Amino acid sequence: MSATQDAARSEGVPPLSAGRGRVVAAAIARVLLPILLALGVGAVILLLLGANPVSYYAFVFKRGLFSWLGLQATLTRMAPLLMIAAGLIVAFRAGIWNLGADGQFLLSAVITAALGPALIGTLPDWLTILICFLVAGAVGAAWSVIPAFLKVRYGINEIISTLMMSFLGISFANVLVKLVFFDPGTTVPQTRTLPVEDRLPRLFGSTIHSGILLALAAVLIVHFVMTRTSFGLKLCVVGANPRAAIHAGLDVGRLTYATFAISAGLIGLGGAVDILGVWGSVRADWNPSFGLLVVPLVFLARFHGVATIAFVMFFAVLQIGGESAAVRLGVPTFYTLVLVALLLIFLALVEYLDYRRQARTRS
Amino acid sequence: MQRATPGTAVSVRSVTKRFPGVVANDEVSIDFLPGEIHVLLGENGAGKSTLIGMLAGMQQPDSGEIRIKDKPVRIGSPRESLNLGIGTVFQHVLLVPTLTVIENLMLGGPRWRLLDHAPVLKRFQELSDLLGVRLDPDAQVGRLALGEQQQVEIMRALWRGENVLILDEPTSMLTPQGVRDLGAVMKRLRDKGVAIIFITHKLAEAYEFGDRISVLRLGRLVGQLDKARLKSMTEAQITDEVLRLMFGGQKADRRDAETLLGRGVHLKRAQQVDRTKPPVLMVKGVSTLADRGECPLTDVSFELWSGEVLGIAGVDGNGQKHLAEMLAGQRSAASGSILFAGHDVTQEGVAERRRHGFRYITDERLGEGTVGAFSVATNLVVKEIGVPPLWQRGVSRWGLIHSHARDQIKRHDIRTPSERTPIGRLSGGNIQKALLARELNVAGRLVIFNKPTYGLDLHNIRLARDRIVECAERGLATVLISTELDELLALSDRIAVMFRGRLTGIVPNEDNAERRIGLLMTGAEAA
Repeated sequence: MSATQDAARSEGVPPLSAGRGRVVAAAIARVLLPILLALGVGAVILLLLGANPVSYYAFVFKRGLFSWLGLQATLTRMAPLLMIAAGLIVAFRAGIWNLGADGQFLLSAVITAALGPALIGTLPDWLTILICFLVAGAVGAAWSVIPAFLKVRYGINEIISTLMMSFLGISFANVLVKLVFFDPGTTVPQTRTLPVEDRLPRLFGSTIHSGILLALAAVLIVHFVMTRTSFGLKLCVVGANPRAAIHAGLDVGRLTYATFAISAGLIGLGGAVDILGVWGSVRADWNPSFGLLVVPLVFLARFHGVATIAFVMFFAVLQIGGESAAVRLGVPTFYTLVLVALLLIFLALVEYLDYRRQARTRS
Repeated sequence: MQRATPGTAVSVRSVTKRFPGVVANDEVSIDFLPGEIHVLLGENGAGKSTLIGMLAGMQQPDSGEIRIKDKPVRIGSPRESLNLGIGTVFQHVLLVPTLTVIENLMLGGPRWRLLDHAPVLKRFQELSDLLGVRLDPDAQVGRLALGEQQQVEIMRALWRGENVLILDEPTSMLTPQGVRDLGAVMKRLRDKGVAIIFITHKLAEAYEFGDRISVLRLGRLVGQLDKARLKSMTEAQITDEVLRLMFGGQKADRRDAETLLGRGVHLKRAQQVDRTKPPVLMVKGVSTLADRGECPLTDVSFELWSGEVLGIAGVDGNGQKHLAEMLAGQRSAASGSILFAGHDVTQEGVAERRRHGFRYITDERLGEGTVGAFSVATNLVVKEIGVPPLWQRGVSRWGLIHSHARDQIKRHDIRTPSERTPIGRLSGGNIQKALLARELNVAGRLVIFNKPTYGLDLHNIRLARDRIVECAERGLATVLISTELDELLALSDRIAVMFRGRLTGIVPNEDNAERRIGLLMTGAEAA
């Protein structure tokens, strides 16, 4: 894991610009090789499970990517994942390990689901959606204030505090659904539902909602800010060496608060996107746990925005296809997680071997 | 293969060690005798560190052998080295910063026994008395000053009462008195039959402590002066002989030789401070708050004029770090005030003071001076993030930042493969050049140098000192914190002495300065 981290950090600051075709090719090879290895070892596991790997992979990619219905489902799934990824990129590049995405996401989703149907009768649609986004972002950010304060004031490790806040947030979201925002007209506790016609506009008459555009924009903007602006560079300096940041006169406390707020705010927007785009309401005990699924993807992409989009899409295809395959071929859905885990292992391995090879050629 | 002299403590026979592109040790054969202080001299890169690295079990020889008590041994790891009775104090601190002093000393003990504090504390006390140092055994090592950390290392090497004790430039942190104390410890250990290998850059120390001097150059043993010869020669003859060996036939740069000798008299600056004007910096009664293991400032007051170099002397860990950080704005003053050019800057932070022209060259080049994983180019501008023209409305202009870096690299002769190389891969001297370039290339008015030559080789020491002189000549007010008294005497107008967080006195740099500073350093005299 440390090799991955190092790579992420050293890659962190100056963007590669002029004529570096070979470097780019090598970078792509470093990604493709682990993918092939992971699929290969995954195939062995499938054989052990009694499934035919070729037909499984063919089925997954057909259902997730090469059919119109599957592609729509994949792109729809990508929207909240990308929003969360944008939030995680900010945090990880700034050296803040925000692992509380699930709580931030779910609380924002529940507040959105409560607010949307309540406002839609009295306010115009666009204003409702705007207010929902703003509030969702604020709720996500608010849920990170305590870990941020503990980190800045007492130096308490945010990995623990954000995880703890995440458990609290998930439970609190459930309490809200069951006790405060429940719709009296349903038997299963859930919030009132935003009518389909009032949700985010669909694209090209498909089921894909415009949230995917927001999410893509969010990732690209985050990438730009973190690699090509003074604000992003300041965050990276704080992340890579906080003492150097103090030495250089940066306000580490304020930048840390900003990192938490932006990261959790973006993740909160992810909750709003999923509710306003897909679900329209939140049922009790609903928790897609996207947060911890996105963490390894962002790592695989080494915090690079475009690479993150690619990995999130890859994962969404596996997930959507895998869900169909679970029904048709009897391979459990968590097999997609096995693939992601294999991918992480092989990526670290390839990285390590590459580093060794470079060290040898240098000498 | 040559025969070892009988009765050696450890003997290196025809050892060769290659690194990519360089032969670090080339057929080196040296005997280290018990009851002898054996000095190793040589320029940086002469192969001293490689030689002791092999004795300490950090590296393996490619060919040749190491013999202990006339038996060939294979020293495969530092643990094996310790088990053979070889204790090493390296030039760079190798302690676990998050553990306490006593915990660091207990590392490497028997692995099956429970940790028992009582006997460890007893041994700690013995060694404290032996070394004559005062350390808090429960202080976290990472919070100690470098000099104190080195004291812990010396203790750790002495911990098991070794057969061989290797000291790699141990005096670079010590006061003159500390060096004499260390000398006394070494002599006591020698008289108990320990073989001591003593590496130094300073000829005076070699002369004072050495029973035998070996000189390495370009990986080869080029000469040895034994006890009888040392006795028969005068100090000047020894100096000439050693210099001849170290620099080979070629004429050594005279100034390098003088830096080496620590008496570069001609380096001494002409003093030209105009004290009729008001001082540019006035520090009045400043105190700071300290965490455990740190030395805070207590009621520090001084004045500083433009064009003046104020040296700060003192044993490492007597509050110099806090003084530098307080002046730079990294650490707030708990009481007292700081006036710069008539303005009260006490409440201002690093960025605001930097705008007034404050510059701070830290002693922790990688710890806080740079971001090791970031490129040289980024590190050259890390204190100016967001400032036009390299940033336009907050957007980085990487093209300009890189060309700015190429310009600085060329002008300041920073040896780096490219401006995109992570700065952590450069040598200490080149990192220091980058720091000096960053701090001194824009309008500065007050510069704080914190141990600017620590850990550098002769060439880079000279470059760094030239930059300090240049600062003073350009009329900058300069604070020079150093543990090298020679350096302070060569460069300063006045020298202030720190002892336990107080300025115990400010001495004009005159003929009797050295003696008065020595007394003030130990708190014996209050001026």
